[in-house]
Amino acid sequence: MAATETYPADLKYHREHDWARIEGDEAVLGITWFAQDALGELVHYEAPDEGSTVTKDEPYGEVESVKAVSDVISPLSGEVVAVNQKAVDEPETVNEDPYGEGWLIRIRLGDPSEVDALLDAEAYKQVVAEQ
Amino acid sequence: MAQTLQRTPLHDLHVALGARMVPFAGWEMPVQYAGVIPEVKAVRTDAGVFDVSHMGEFEVEGPRATELLQATLSNDLARIDPGQAQYTLLTNERGGIIDDLIAYELDGFRYLLIVNAANRNADFEWLKEREIPGSDVRDVSDAYGLLAVQGPRSIERLGLPEAKAFTFAETDIDGIQCMANRTGYTGEEGCELLVMAEDAPALWKRVLERGVVPCGLGARDTLRLEVCFPLHGQDITPDTDAISAGLGWCCDLDKEFSGAQELREVKARGPERKLVPFVMDEKAVPRTGMPIEGGGEVTSGTHSPMLGRGIGLGYVPAATAGVDSELTIDVRGRPRRAHVVKRPIYKREENS
Repeated sequence: MAATETYPADLKYHREHDWARIEGDEAVLGITWFAQDALGELVHYEAPDEGSTVTKDEPYGEVESVKAVSDVISPLSGEVVAVNQKAVDEPETVNEDPYGEGWLIRIRLGDPSEVDALLDAEAYKQVVAEQ
Repeated sequence: MAQTLQRTPLHDLHVALGARMVPFAGWEMPVQYAGVIPEVKAVRTDAGVFDVSHMGEFEVEGPRATELLQATLSNDLARIDPGQAQYTLLTNERGGIIDDLIAYELDGFRYLLIVNAANRNADFEWLKEREIPGSDVRDVSDAYGLLAVQGPRSIERLGLPEAKAFTFAETDIDGIQCMANRTGYTGEEGCELLVMAEDAPALWKRVLERGVVPCGLGARDTLRLEVCFPLHGQDITPDTDAISAGLGWCCDLDKEFSGAQELREVKARGPERKLVPFVMDEKAVPRTGMPIEGGGEVTSGTHSPMLGRGIGLGYVPAATAGVDSELTIDVRGRPRRAHVVKRPIYKREENS
């Protein structure tokens, strides 16, 4: 079943409804509860290749639900070091656990200072409230 | 476009059940309750109910009602008797499809037509302009609610007797009078209950109390696509003909009706393009409007919960319309492989 609405305080957020978990010089990226809820039941995740680069504010993949497709915007720049194969094989994992098992990619940060421009959970909740 | 959306008699019940409401054909309709995938599975394994009260109903009456309908509808009404129904097409002079609908023969002088919500006005005008003395066409849509109850356990859950497909009878469900039509848009056993608009909320509640799962238009669209029922406005339109769409079986080309001669010509020379069902061989969800390599186009596409793959309908050149033909679909710039399959795309395994 779908997860309940949460925006964990230990994550950083992008206003295009993406989150980042900073782990040293790497970051794990995914889409927020709001994004998966707006899309509905996900049926396809078009992932980038490992080794490719992603750019802050640019799309790096697509998530598609029974009714709509959406670009996934990268909150940070860097090189893709891992793709979540579970999200590729079972896209509903993103609905069930958007911040855990439903992560999308892991990147090596190209410019760690970009993190400063991201929103904290409280600021992102304001973005969601305005939707 | 600040047009007010119409609401069915069940609107408030949908909202109370937590349905996601969307605009559809000028109506505010529930697209889903629990979710498209669980709703599809409920209909394939048990029973689901859809509010389709937005659909239009016409009564065609009079000593020459049959004559009017034989001249405007593609199928042969002489093949059915009172108490029976027939899938048929309203066709224009070019053989294009104005609408697809079901005609119910109430008695030899009176028919009920149930038409698509989006085409209600166009259909009505078309028929009204062709009325002949002794035939009268009335739009009675606002008087009725329509509930489609579909699934292998639907008839049992409603406590209705077994009956053949495409028949109908007056009935009573928990004290509510309705007409139970053995028709539907899901490929499953089931019925469509035509009820007076004021009784529709009570009937909806009784049906849910019998363990039938509320379903939205999202599941309905997926279910019909899994069994290759065309959707008017996408797979069939006033610019596509019945022969190319694979609907020749409901066109009696031995009688005269609007566009019959054009359809005979298409049939004689063979259609240039055909509407075919296909299944994706790679991970991707086909969508309406995506190009098919070699001069084709996807007209409907979705993810099939029953197959766990992308499926669709599309027009392709006749040369690549055969079963097993390989297709390449342009999914937002990425070529993705698919192949043509037999109708229906989904069929329950006989031994399950």
